Amino acid sequence: MFDIFLDDAPALVVVLPLLISAIIAFMPSKIWPWIISIITLLLHLFLSLHLLKEISVSGLIIYEFGNWEPPWGISFKIDGVNIGLQLLFSIFVLVSTLYSRKIFLNEIDYRDSGKAYSLWLLAVGSLNGIILTNDIFNLFVFLEISALASISLIALGAGQNRKALLAAFNYLIIGAIGATFYVIGVGFAYAMTGTLNMNDLVIQLTQYSDGQLAIFAGMSFMLIGLMVKAAIFPVHIWLPPAYSYAPSAVSTLLAALATKTILYFFVRLLYEVFIIYPSYLSLFLDFVLYPLSLLAIFIGTVIAIYQDDIKKLLAFSSIAQIGYITLAFSLKDHSGVASGFVHIFNHALIKGGLFMAVGYFAILYKDRVTLNSLKGFGYKYPITSFALLICGLSLIGLPLTNGFISKLYLFQALYTNQMYFSIALVAVSSALAVVYFWKIVEQMWFSEIKFKSEKEDAYIYLPIWIVTISIIVFGIYSTPIIEFSNLSADYLISGYQN
Amino acid sequence: MVGGLFIIITSQNYLKKVVGLAIFQTAVFVFFVSLAKVLDGTAPILTKMANAYSNPLPHVLILTAIVVGVATSALGLALVLQIYKNYETIEEKEIESLELKSDK
Repeated sequence: MFDIFLDDAPALVVVLPLLISAIIAFMPSKIWPWIISIITLLLHLFLSLHLLKEISVSGLIIYEFGNWEPPWGISFKIDGVNIGLQLLFSIFVLVSTLYSRKIFLNEIDYRDSGKAYSLWLLAVGSLNGIILTNDIFNLFVFLEISALASISLIALGAGQNRKALLAAFNYLIIGAIGATFYVIGVGFAYAMTGTLNMNDLVIQLTQYSDGQLAIFAGMSFMLIGLMVKAAIFPVHIWLPPAYSYAPSAVSTLLAALATKTILYFFVRLLYEVFIIYPSYLSLFLDFVLYPLSLLAIFIGTVIAIYQDDIKKLLAFSSIAQIGYITLAFSLKDHSGVASGFVHIFNHALIKGGLFMAVGYFAILYKDRVTLNSLKGFGYKYPITSFALLICGLSLIGLPLTNGFISKLYLFQALYTNQMYFSIALVAVSSALAVVYFWKIVEQMWFSEIKFKSEKEDAYIYLPIWIVTISIIVFGIYSTPIIEFSNLSADYLISGYQN
Repeated sequence: MVGGLFIIITSQNYLKKVVGLAIFQTAVFVFFVSLAKVLDGTAPILTKMANAYSNPLPHVLILTAIVVGVATSALGLALVLQIYKNYETIEEKEIESLELKSDK
């Protein structure tokens, strides 16, 4: 009986959270929405593991909705590129949901918790759809569902600070412009090829092998739209306020996963579809993405140094980290793409852990966490502070943490491409990351005020420590992450070299 | 399309921005529907009289996109309402000056 469900696992990982989200929306209870979400996400993890098992046997799953064959029907595709991301997504969502309960109880009205978890699952389901979909229009729908759900979640932060409303509104306007740009691009692509399925698109595009203006225009529109959504440097302005005024649990989910899934689709579109036009692709990568990544790394880090508000500081450092990922993706070879995926995995863990720890401090401090307010927290709340320290060191890229693995692979990739200027810039910006992180450490451990340690809430610090321990484990034993990233790069780059 | 984008960028009023967004999106919808037209084509209903049919797929896509657009506008308007309740204005400049005051 169970097998029937397992056959539909690719659809269920998306449909299940969406369905449950509708059920729990109007539950007035404090605890049931959370319990149901946890059960749903455990099932979700189980289905993801099942998909991993299937993939390790067959290597490729194409799931056709309603048995309509592509290119007519919508299909989901699971292969070596996205299975690793799917697994990370499933695990991290479960951990952050465990963490979210106490945070939501403190930050929003308990009568809203049913609605909050409903939106939470809506965001989870649609982000997962972005990972799996093989249809460019279907992607737009998932993009918009996830954007609307996360905007509503951000606006829930208005109970703490009314600026959350402005942040959510700006995200709505900028995000909707980005999505609409993407749809214009889809329109051009559809007009030229008559298909929306990504595999079929590749086949249809080969008939215009010398390139057509309409196709290039469409491709540019799609890429710009996705860049807005993924917060790549000049179009990132919605991100820092949105992350910093959202409820802490929401910042954790969004910072760790939302931009990552879109970056994944971005790179997939580049290396799987647009690869047909190598000259266009290298033009875009060399003259748009590469300089923008360098600017993002540098400017993001410098702005982060001048931030007083810790959540804003982390948000600007996210901009820089997204810059590292896109820098790796702009290298056009196997080592570059692989190191980009390594950093997607590692940064999701690091930023998730940091936002979790800072979110807990925000509740303890009962106000926004600024540098000053952290005075002596290292002694007052040692368990969480130590987790924050480890995540921070990993962000800088110290050995024995997974951040070091990321930096190592990025340097290797840059070195094989002989991009010495970028190596210097990445090194400088890592050094600057020490500056802003040291400001936090200084306040927490080296200020005058000494507190006695206070009791901390195990419901909150356990999820934080799960993330922190995984950071150390993947720093020492990094094989799983490397394997998954190499697998993704193998699939994507094989098309490039042919 | 450009008109909608212009409204979003230039207007200081949040309500106008939502309207501008709606115009911008509608323009893209019309662009899609115009793609579907086939010369001498009729509605895609199987009859003996027709020689060619217009492509129905863009219409279906846009039906989905309209639903998304409605949801976006609704959420935008709901946010504008909440902003008004919290700040008692929806003018960008006035809110900025209010925030500057509260920061001091």
